[in-house]
Amino acid sequence: MIETRALAKNFGLKPVLRGVDLRIEAGEFVALMGPNGAGKTTLLRILSTLARPSFGAARVAGFLLPAQAEQARRRLGVIAHQPLLYGDLTAEENLRFYARMYGVSDGARLTEWLERVGLAARRRDLVRTFSRGMQQRLAIARGLLHDPDVVLLDEPYTGLDPDGAALLDAIVQELAARRRTLLMITHDLAHGFALAERALILARGRIEASLRRDEIAPAEFARRYDAVVKG
Amino acid sequence: MTQSSRGERLPAANSSPAAPARSAAGAYWRAVSAVLWKDLAAEFRSKELLSAMLVFSLLVVLIFNFALQLDRAARENVAAGVLWVTAVFSGTLGLNRSLSQEKDRGSLDGLLLTPVDRSAIYVGKALGNWLFMLLVQAVILPVFVVLYNQPMLQPLLLVFVVLGTLGYASVGTLLASMAVHSRARDVMLPILLLPVAVPVLVAAVQGSAGVLEQRAWDEISQWFNLLIGYDVIFLAVAYMAFDYVVEE
Repeated sequence: MIETRALAKNFGLKPVLRGVDLRIEAGEFVALMGPNGAGKTTLLRILSTLARPSFGAARVAGFLLPAQAEQARRRLGVIAHQPLLYGDLTAEENLRFYARMYGVSDGARLTEWLERVGLAARRRDLVRTFSRGMQQRLAIARGLLHDPDVVLLDEPYTGLDPDGAALLDAIVQELAARRRTLLMITHDLAHGFALAERALILARGRIEASLRRDEIAPAEFARRYDAVVKG
Repeated sequence: MTQSSRGERLPAANSSPAAPARSAAGAYWRAVSAVLWKDLAAEFRSKELLSAMLVFSLLVVLIFNFALQLDRAARENVAAGVLWVTAVFSGTLGLNRSLSQEKDRGSLDGLLLTPVDRSAIYVGKALGNWLFMLLVQAVILPVFVVLYNQPMLQPLLLVFVVLGTLGYASVGTLLASMAVHSRARDVMLPILLLPVAVPVLVAAVQGSAGVLEQRAWDEISQWFNLLIGYDVIFLAVAYMAFDYVVEE
């Protein structure tokens, strides 16, 4: 479960988030959309404990941030548009390093993940020799290695080829089926709205709309998005 | 496990979420050793950091040697100073790169997302930086013996090298993690670090000079005690402050 109340973040004198009230139930899949500069990544960085809010409160997986950030991180997986990997380590070494940091002792899970993301044959190759899409595939394994309850995705399709994108679609749908809580930032309105149960529109530092997929047609959602963003 | 739309399955945890560590201290040191292993493995493969530090140190030693070639007395008098100039500047270079590589490649966020006490990340990175400084010194000290004709490989001098580089790496790692967020980080780190590290440097230079001049232990011990004291203070402050420094 993810919850924020009157969440605000300023960078110097510039307000980026201006009182975000958000509630995502456990097991819900929500897409977060909005124009560039709306504060989407800032919101995700606060929820992932990488940034502190200037004002307001946030709770992730039942843990209050920032006071219980370490406990929250144990239940949190993040897949960002940057792969967050080490180029001078092999694919397997990267996963083994993160497994140790997350307290995952099951070595077989590393192999299973490498196979799942299609990198088992390249497990002993340095990550810096990988294409951008292959790095993103490995980033998916890194983010989900510890089987998190809450998954935050920030433009996770960046660099993926159609096959990689289909793989991520399948993984995301499976996570949703297993009732993991998912919050995904995307600029692809149609894709995001088709995958998620609910779409949030963040504009001008606030959540301006919350629309359920089963209550509104995709074309109508696109019209509402335009109206909210331009309004 | 649940069947996905592509007929494959997500690898599931044996117990969800990741099983809690058997003991907090064990988990802490496992995280420290993981960060240290990762830094050493990456560096011994790329050699980016060590080669830059080593080349810089050798250049400093050689330039001072050429400058003081005809003045043997001056060369012997400044040996301790030159030793610490090489340690400080190559160390600053290494500290800067160690953190800026993490930041530029985005892997610093990956580290900070892990569910470990963030001071464990600090301790792992500081140990790595300290080891790199010691490795450079291990190469440079024999060069000093040859070029400066000084007995650099005595145990007490090595103790000062170990303690001095520990103090510098401990406070340097903390300040490098602050400076890495700045656009002018290459300039920012020395500006922040050198004034703060003055007590360690004074104690290290004076202690090393005392050893080379074969002064009595009573004279040297004050610098030794000062170095121990500052190492403990720097490590404790950095341990407590790292979490606040790295968070936005």
